[in-house]
Amino acid sequence: MRKPLYGLIAEFAAPEQLVYAAGEAHSEGYRKMDAYSPLPIEELHHVMHIPDTKLPRFVLAAGLLGSIGGFGLLYWITVINYPHNVGGRPLNSWPQYIPITFETTVLLAGLTTLVTMIALCGLPMPYHPVFNVPRFRLASRDRFFLCIEAEDPRFDLQRTRQFLESLHPHEVTEVEI
Amino acid sequence: MSTAEAMRPHLDRLQTRAFMVGVIGVAALGAGLVSNSEQFYRSYLMGFVYWMGVALGSLGLLMLHHMVGGNWGVAIRRGLEAGTRTLPLMVLLAIPVFLGAHSLYEWTHADVVENDPVLRHKSLYLNMTGFTLRAVFYFLIWFGLSTLLNRYSKAQESEGYWAVRPRLQRVSAPGLILHCLTVTFFAVDFVMSVEPHWFSTIYGAIFIAGQVLSTFAFMVVLMRSLTLREPMKNAVSAQTFHDLGNLMFAFNMFWAYVSFSQLLIIWSANFPEETIWYLKRTKGGWEYVGLSLFVFHFSLIFLLLLIRKFKRQPAILSKIAVWVILMRLVDLFWIIQPAFSHGSQGGVPAPQFHVHWLDIVAPVAIGGLWVAFFAFQLKKRPLDPLPLA
Repeated sequence: MRKPLYGLIAEFAAPEQLVYAAGEAHSEGYRKMDAYSPLPIEELHHVMHIPDTKLPRFVLAAGLLGSIGGFGLLYWITVINYPHNVGGRPLNSWPQYIPITFETTVLLAGLTTLVTMIALCGLPMPYHPVFNVPRFRLASRDRFFLCIEAEDPRFDLQRTRQFLESLHPHEVTEVEI
Repeated sequence: MSTAEAMRPHLDRLQTRAFMVGVIGVAALGAGLVSNSEQFYRSYLMGFVYWMGVALGSLGLLMLHHMVGGNWGVAIRRGLEAGTRTLPLMVLLAIPVFLGAHSLYEWTHADVVENDPVLRHKSLYLNMTGFTLRAVFYFLIWFGLSTLLNRYSKAQESEGYWAVRPRLQRVSAPGLILHCLTVTFFAVDFVMSVEPHWFSTIYGAIFIAGQVLSTFAFMVVLMRSLTLREPMKNAVSAQTFHDLGNLMFAFNMFWAYVSFSQLLIIWSANFPEETIWYLKRTKGGWEYVGLSLFVFHFSLIFLLLLIRKFKRQPAILSKIAVWVILMRLVDLFWIIQPAFSHGSQGGVPAPQFHVHWLDIVAPVAIGGLWVAFFAFQLKKRPLDPLPLA
């Protein structure tokens, strides 16, 4: 019995080819697919119609929390918990809170960016089927890959392979799970 | 037909309209000079310093671009070069400041200086001869830099981009240092000395940040209006507008950072001779102007320019840029005008918020003349970015 397939992967030599192939695959109706490249390619985002990341919302919320928390902490200490006259300034000496408020904002926003980005990417991921393709290690060097997954409703081993072959890839390989 | 020729009718129209605004504005300014010369000079100083800022910001950004490169600079380079070539006009526009020096600068009054130990000690620097000689010196440096940069830029078209680039960099690197120093001294001489007792060492940085921000905003509006028409349609990519939006965002932050640093340092030290500047600006209605800078200059522009979509759509980005230009004027208004808001109650300054129609007419009138001269200069050279070959 054949092993179940994760999908079909096509290897390309240039980023432009990958962008073209991804665009064609999207217009062909394929949705469950991913492109792999050693360098960021802005256009892929558009041709594959990838929805914008939710990351900024988390970062904004964390930043607001950090600024309110930082300012609130200082306000609570210097006005409520331990009111102390410093050189005749008002207890709520807000200009002096700002640097700390800024720091806590950046700290929380920064840490949230890192943690949320890792979580949204689904990392850590100890196993991924595409690594079963020996040449896939070139995806972190100088080769560009487009993988159409078997889960896609339009996926058909024969037709999808023909379609990928028509995009002039270096080769098309079956990806085992 | 070259791009510059194709765009000529549009630039001609811009020049004519701006010139009309300038002429009408100057007529109104003339009426203001006759009716209230004290107020005329105060408003004029603000308008002059604003447009001087766009010319100087162009010079600084042009040199920065030659040093660090980047697509943002390729796109607006022709605008920046034309901006530096408006400096001759700024010399003419500086004349009224000298004519009004007696109304603007307390240190020009011999009797006041005589009876004021602080001003007496500062008179070695703050005197009319020194003020004039220094202004001539600043302008000579700016002219020198602008002339060399424009000459080499022209040479780049015939001799090739990379052949001339080292020359542009040899001017720009020392030029940036000279620029920051001269702009700082210019800000101290022309603006800070309206309150001659007060001093702040971060003042120059506040002006440099503000000038660069005004220049970016002006260039965004310019590129938006130029790229509405063939053959410049799509000449500037969404990514480049995005970059310009990010740079406006960064310099808005930088302006807020240096402006706030000044407040924090003065607040922490709490010396009467320093706090007076803020006391004048946080009373009698001026505090709402200061608060509006925090809300509508820093915070609003910060939030608007956080949104990626807004930066990638020239139509929206240019509207934000117009807002930046307006808020830059409010900042200068808050820096300059309360200085003349005299009056005190029991030894404590009691300034009263006051906005005169000349405060609005002066920046518009000078802006009309400046934009007309800018369009005239922009037409003289090609509009396309330089070929890299």
